[in-house]
Amino acid sequence: MATEARALDDSYRLGPPAPFYRRYPVALWRFIRHYPLGAFGAFFVVVLILMAAVPAIFTPLEAQDPLRQSIGDRLQAPSASHWFGTDELGRDLYARIVFGARTSIIIGFGVVLLSKALSVVLGTISGYYGGLFDTLLQRIIDIGIAVPGLVFIILVVQTLAGRIGDMLAIVLSLSLLIATSSSRTIRGVALSLTTEQYVDAARALGAHDVRIMARHIVPNLFAIVIVSASILVGNAVLIESSLSFLGYGVQPPTPSWGRMLNDARQQLVRAPHLAIFPGLVIFLTVYSFNMLGDALRDRLDPRLRGSR
Amino acid sequence: MQKYIIRRLALMIPTLFGLSILVFTMVRLVPGDIVALIAGDFGATSKETRDAILKDFRLDRNIPEQYVLWLGEIGRFDLGSSLISGRTVQSELKTRLPVTMELGILALVVSVAMGIPIGILSAVKQNTAADYVGRSAAIGLLAAPNFWIALLLIALAGRYFRWGVPPTTYVGFTDDPIANLKLMLVPAIILGGSSSGGVMRYTRTAMLEVLRQDYIRTARSKGLTDRVVIIRHAMKNALIPVITVIGLGIPGIVGGSVIIETVYSIPGMGRYYVSSINQLDFPVVQAINLVSALVVVFANLGVDITYSWLNPRIRYS
Repeated sequence: MATEARALDDSYRLGPPAPFYRRYPVALWRFIRHYPLGAFGAFFVVVLILMAAVPAIFTPLEAQDPLRQSIGDRLQAPSASHWFGTDELGRDLYARIVFGARTSIIIGFGVVLLSKALSVVLGTISGYYGGLFDTLLQRIIDIGIAVPGLVFIILVVQTLAGRIGDMLAIVLSLSLLIATSSSRTIRGVALSLTTEQYVDAARALGAHDVRIMARHIVPNLFAIVIVSASILVGNAVLIESSLSFLGYGVQPPTPSWGRMLNDARQQLVRAPHLAIFPGLVIFLTVYSFNMLGDALRDRLDPRLRGSR
Repeated sequence: MQKYIIRRLALMIPTLFGLSILVFTMVRLVPGDIVALIAGDFGATSKETRDAILKDFRLDRNIPEQYVLWLGEIGRFDLGSSLISGRTVQSELKTRLPVTMELGILALVVSVAMGIPIGILSAVKQNTAADYVGRSAAIGLLAAPNFWIALLLIALAGRYFRWGVPPTTYVGFTDDPIANLKLMLVPAIILGGSSSGGVMRYTRTAMLEVLRQDYIRTARSKGLTDRVVIIRHAMKNALIPVITVIGLGIPGIVGGSVIIETVYSIPGMGRYYVSSINQLDFPVVQAINLVSALVVVFANLGVDITYSWLNPRIRYS
């Protein structure tokens, strides 16, 4: 408790603000000190984004080519030239994991952007107008909430993958499913915001509905949206890997961590490294996004501290 | 209370109706040629065979018409028959549903038995080493993919212990309960363990909330021991919201059973679902979808009713 109180004192200290080049390192250092696990999460997330953007800088060795097969080197244990060992076709597992980051990051962030955009729009309109539209939409959302997640996602992905591509199909089906439950939360908050006095004031000044929603309601929703976004990225990564593990997710040759774990099942006892490393990376990714999310929530919305 | 239950049941009707439409149309949109899959066995795909097969499964009619006919059959508790085995879906599910239910119930027990005590301990000993360990464990459990844990255990067990390896033959609970539990326990612990992280976190939060209440202070100032205060006063109230989170975990367990059954070769509904999708066996796919949606809908209903029964404050809102 004492450290948290000091953090508050620091951030509300009076006096002229320090120049930005001094302010940001200080703020960063304070974040690291107060939320070490959150900082670790942030660091790993940055590494993952870098891996997704420019995987080549993480694979300096010549042997680290995710596609190069070499039957003579198959199922090798981790060594100096193959840090995580090799798979059944003699491909370097470390390189394959690095190149698989792009798949997870695209799906994770894609799902968050799409589902949050959808749920803010639907939730705000539903909460603001109420009435028949609200009633109908809420019944549809009831259906979305009642759907058993993974069972349903498999079916949707199987239907759409051939038509719009597997990545897009996963992002779309996950976003739709997540948007149903999160738009309900947003509707609740939007509903309570419409009774605020500043909304009445805006209306008395002659502002039309779209303006009230865009300028007065949506900005006040950002706190709850951002707070849950980071954790949602982790969940999306986890669901994608489950799908790929079952063989319904991203199809080869696109590298995917879940798929690698599925491949590992063939040689589980002989080559356990094939199961250890891809799973470890999924675990670290989900863990990092969760930790970062927790820290961001504590920092941005102290009322929610310790909850979820 | 009665009024509340009636209102909830009435709200379920449109939900179930919408779900049935969704399930029915989705299955028919899965790309693939059913006729080729069936007729392929006989090596003949002439125009006549094709039409006969389509007619047999009513696939020559349009989707709304098929839907109405299907709904009529569901009303008579007839789920149709599998395109692949030719047996009725009921008889296929009769052997598989109990397996998945056993797994699900065991997993739920594990998840509650791990989640609630650790959550409470974590709250009571807030900001101590026990709390940090409990919280880290909860987040670890939330982040670890359950199929990964399963694979690691299999690899480890196969290498060093010769135990916990997925057996080649499955033994039913009614045939040999002990042998059955032996092979169900590890998958159930993995499945339940991965959903216990959420229960832990939620229990801790609810408990912390209750421990700050005035009546807890009153109970303490009366001179009651910590033990009595925590068990009789705090826990009773903290566990009410936890029921919700357990209910919310049920869809996760339904989905998780698909994965765990695949890894451990358990002949339940989840594994059957996966193979049925691959074989485009749509009567089976829509039946399993419907059954699992019903489980989720009724679980939610049960949770809401229990919740409002335990907590009269929300009943009339």
